[in-house]
Amino acid sequence: MTASLALEPEGSGWRLQLRGDWSLAAIAQIEAQLKGLPATLHGSMLCDWSQAEAPGIGPAWVLLRQLADIDPQPPVLLHTGGPPDFLQLLQKLQPVRRAPDRMHAPPRTLRGLIGKLGRWSVLQGRHARGVLDFLGRIASVIGQAFSRPRGWRVSSLARHVYETGITAIPIVSLIAFLISVIVAYLGAQQLARFGADIFVVDLVTIAVLREMGVLLTAIILAGRSGSAFAAEIGVMQLNEETDALRAMGMNPIEMLVVPRVLALIIVLPLLTVIADAMGLAGGGLLSLINLHIPLPQFTTRLRESLGPTTFWAGLIKAPVFAALIGIVGTYRGMQVRDSARELGRLTTVAVVQSIFMVILADALFAVLFVQIGF
Amino acid sequence: MLDRSVDPVIRVQGLCNRFGSQLVHDDLNMEVRQNEIFGVVGGSGTGKSVLLRSILGLRDPDGGTVELYGRDVKSLASADRSSLVQSYGVTFQNGALISSLTVAQNIQLPLLEHYSLSENTLDELAQLNLALVGLEPEAGAKFPSQLSGGMIKRAALARALALEPKLLFLDEPTAGLDPISAAAFDELMLYLHSQLRLTIVMITHDLDSLFRTCSRVGVIVDKHMISDTLDGLLENPHPWIHSYFHGPRARAAEKEIHG
Repeated sequence: MTASLALEPEGSGWRLQLRGDWSLAAIAQIEAQLKGLPATLHGSMLCDWSQAEAPGIGPAWVLLRQLADIDPQPPVLLHTGGPPDFLQLLQKLQPVRRAPDRMHAPPRTLRGLIGKLGRWSVLQGRHARGVLDFLGRIASVIGQAFSRPRGWRVSSLARHVYETGITAIPIVSLIAFLISVIVAYLGAQQLARFGADIFVVDLVTIAVLREMGVLLTAIILAGRSGSAFAAEIGVMQLNEETDALRAMGMNPIEMLVVPRVLALIIVLPLLTVIADAMGLAGGGLLSLINLHIPLPQFTTRLRESLGPTTFWAGLIKAPVFAALIGIVGTYRGMQVRDSARELGRLTTVAVVQSIFMVILADALFAVLFVQIGF
Repeated sequence: MLDRSVDPVIRVQGLCNRFGSQLVHDDLNMEVRQNEIFGVVGGSGTGKSVLLRSILGLRDPDGGTVELYGRDVKSLASADRSSLVQSYGVTFQNGALISSLTVAQNIQLPLLEHYSLSENTLDELAQLNLALVGLEPEAGAKFPSQLSGGMIKRAALARALALEPKLLFLDEPTAGLDPISAAAFDELMLYLHSQLRLTIVMITHDLDSLFRTCSRVGVIVDKHMISDTLDGLLENPHPWIHSYFHGPRARAAEKEIHG
């Protein structure tokens, strides 16, 4: 039987007859029924529980709250018909009633807008200071490590070189190979129209060595290791592990951040060399199968197209990209506070921001290299 | 010894749990009756939490049956299982409040899942549960990371009470609390137990709490459970039980209760 509620006049006051299922399961109906109660009533009130089945504590509470809102308050409020035992408990808890404070959004005025802008600027300023502080701490740890060899944390460094580097070789190789095959294939389609098939070799060589090898590797590592750095350090923050390290007199920057950043700086150039080799192999293979350029001819042409700086122009960018990815990932990890949602948000920020920084840095390098004729 | 007239709320029979080659529970039996506070104790690594996880269906036991309200937990269809889940509340050792939600939202989470309610009613019910566990209404707007240890335990209890269960599982409810907060929590449990007619199963290492609140206690020793009243266990000759209930800490707790 569904919950219902009947208000009947009785003597000089009212009788509130509760009927049907008054358990929590029926709370939605009870809520609707209670809305029907008038807000203004004069006279005493008698609540009859005799026909309420399995009354729940939640519904009883909602009812009491509603009755407390009646204006003016009934001089007498009685419960009859075997009210549930917990009613007394609820009546005792009643006085804590207070209107819930709702958060009010600031009005959309010019002043509000300026205030928002100001808060945003202060936040950005604080953020910039935080980054600067973080870089300073890293620099100081590395500086100290020169006079204190233990500061290098070699075993930790080795672990991260393995995890970020060695285990990334298959995926980096595969992607470099495939992308280079695609570039060579599409390039050949276009160049064949001018009978300039052989220039596919130049295209592949320059594209892979100068740009794609290092850029692809950096983006893969940003997704693979940047996220891992942020998540690993973030969970340690949530578990107060970093605080524990600090309390034991260890520097989390030295223990957690520097080994990861250094490992990336070591690993990314090496992976770039592998990506370069796999890219050239892909180009060579496609030239052989699709354009019927034999391998000796491919390598000869490759040497001719190679400028003195082509290879280095790509490789020199690798440590810079590595530092960006490593610093952004670990910085975001160290920022995690309080909640699992923060962890997810900052891991996302770490990946997005490090990829953005890598591409921005790549653009700056491109301009710089053109300017100095590198 | 057992009162057969009242069906037990929980009946665990022949429970076996193993991790690899390590046997944690072997033919473990346990019964919890209507409206009692049942304490579970045992040394570290005797599988108290594993037992709890087995009863809740969070872990498939390697053998044996678990019945809640006379129904085998494992053989239930998913709809029945959902109604069974609504019939009990659980607090975990570290609170396990959802960290990205406020305390009030944590309490409202199970309500929102099972009922469609207006915001006003949800607020009312959140306030009710906060008041039941003795938290100020202001605590509802706070995030779990802003709470003290004692408040986290209370907030977790408030969430466990949200669906008005008749059965509560508490995993180490007073661990990590100062003696005053722990005593207050004991009183809160007794109060809710008597007012709301709850059946409570409580894993605890807190001897004060055990002597203060529990009507019966199950001790996990040698992969089995020995259940008895506290007085019965005090007489038990088993060496581990004897040293547990007659150690220096136990004597102090006992003295305090029995004067």
